[in-house]
Amino acid sequence: MADKKIVIRVAEILIDELKLEDVTPQTFEPEVDLIDELGIDSMDLTTVVLVLQDEYGITIDEDDYPKLKNVKLIAEYIEEKLKDK
Amino acid sequence: MNTVSSLLDNEWYERYKRISKLNIRSSIYDVTNNCNLRCKGCFFFSSDEHKKSPDEPDIRKWEEFVEKEKQRGVNLAILIGGEPTLYLDRIEAFYKRLPTYCATNGIIKVPRDRFPDMMVGISVWGDEEDEKLLRGRDTFSISRKNYAGDPYTYYLYTITPKQIGKIERIIKKIADVGLKVHMQLLSNDEGVDGFSWKEQELSDLRKEMDDMLDRYPDTVISSKYYHEIITTGKMLGRTFGWSECPSVTKPLDKRNPQPKRLIEFIRWAADLKTMHRCCTSETRDCSTCKDGAAHMSWVMVNKRAHLRSTKDLQNWIEVYEMFAKLYKFIPW
Ligand code: SF4
Ligand code: SF4
Repeated sequence: MADKKIVIRVAEILIDELKLEDVTPQTFEPEVDLIDELGIDSMDLTTVVLVLQDEYGITIDEDDYPKLKNVKLIAEYIEEKLKDK
Repeated sequence: MNTVSSLLDNEWYERYKRISKLNIRSSIYDVTNNCNLRCKGCFFFSSDEHKKSPDEPDIRKWEEFVEKEKQRGVNLAILIGGEPTLYLDRIEAFYKRLPTYCATNGIIKVPRDRFPDMMVGISVWGDEEDEKLLRGRDTFSISRKNYAGDPYTYYLYTITPKQIGKIERIIKKIADVGLKVHMQLLSNDEGVDGFSWKEQELSDLRKEMDDMLDRYPDTVISSKYYHEIITTGKMLGRTFGWSECPSVTKPLDKRNPQPKRLIEFIRWAADLKTMHRCCTSETRDCSTCKDGAAHMSWVMVNKRAHLRSTKDLQNWIEVYEMFAKLYKFIPW
């Protein structure tokens, strides 16, 4: 289970950075596929990754982008990285 | 928040799924600086791009280069020139390694025993009279004979203002030899008299292109949304031009902010070292650029913006499908 606080924060960053409309961090469906369902592309993902790296003090390798399919998986990925720190 | 599945019914969703995983990463390659024609309004010669760098003559260098391009993640090689068919070995260096598309004027037939399923796009600039005026000879008749019935060939029909009202003749001739056609618009780089676009002509042309698509659906590979974008230069209220163009060579792209763009796209010169600014002439004025591929790509890289409504997303799917057909990622 991903940490709820991280899930909400990831959703918030996505909404802010990509200017997503009609959604709040609370209503953001954590398992919705970002690429297939929301049309988020690798440029969008790079923008979001830069903010996440700053915020959590972690490095996210470009090779790991395919793992970052939805908010829940991003949150879990961040948790793993934080554990390794 | 709109999601793809909330906007599409089953049929459209299936169409979406067919293209959504393609991840097309194209780059463009000048195969040579030479050509067996010298068309007026050819962006390549009019902008002196052919003088920028010499052809790389060593075929091994081409092979090594393509290997490196493959490692760079390119999965579609778009070969242009000059006239690529003057150097079949260079084409082969690509074809053996990558999905390859070859543009040609159609005078020389690509040997199908050597390139059985390579997609070939033949340029046509109008009827016999226009071809003679702009290209020096009626290449359309020659290319039709060369490629009649070929399943992996289509015409890339560059429409000029003089063609308005006369497009059907060309489309019919193409249909008669069992080939497909995709339409694009001339950008009058050389300022040839009578070949610059006026507002009214563009709106008449849009109607005519729509009509052709309705009446020749098995021959014309296109979409009405593409017709709208290419004739108006507008997409979702935005205006096409330098600040929006997706087809700028990545290492030369210093725009800030960066617009949505083709990932790692490069247009390489025939010396395999020099890079050109974009998919067309460096001297072209972006505000009047009508480049078809750049307009198509503009739609394709802006998927998220098309999640506004069902119609917008369907438009996006149609343009993506059109591109995928033209470059053989999905069947006609
Ligand atoms: S055939 Fe193509 S490359 Fe050759 S001059 Fe004409 S437009 Fe240019
Ligand atoms: S000339 Fe056309 S394709 Fe080239 S950068 Fe300008 S808008 Fe883009």
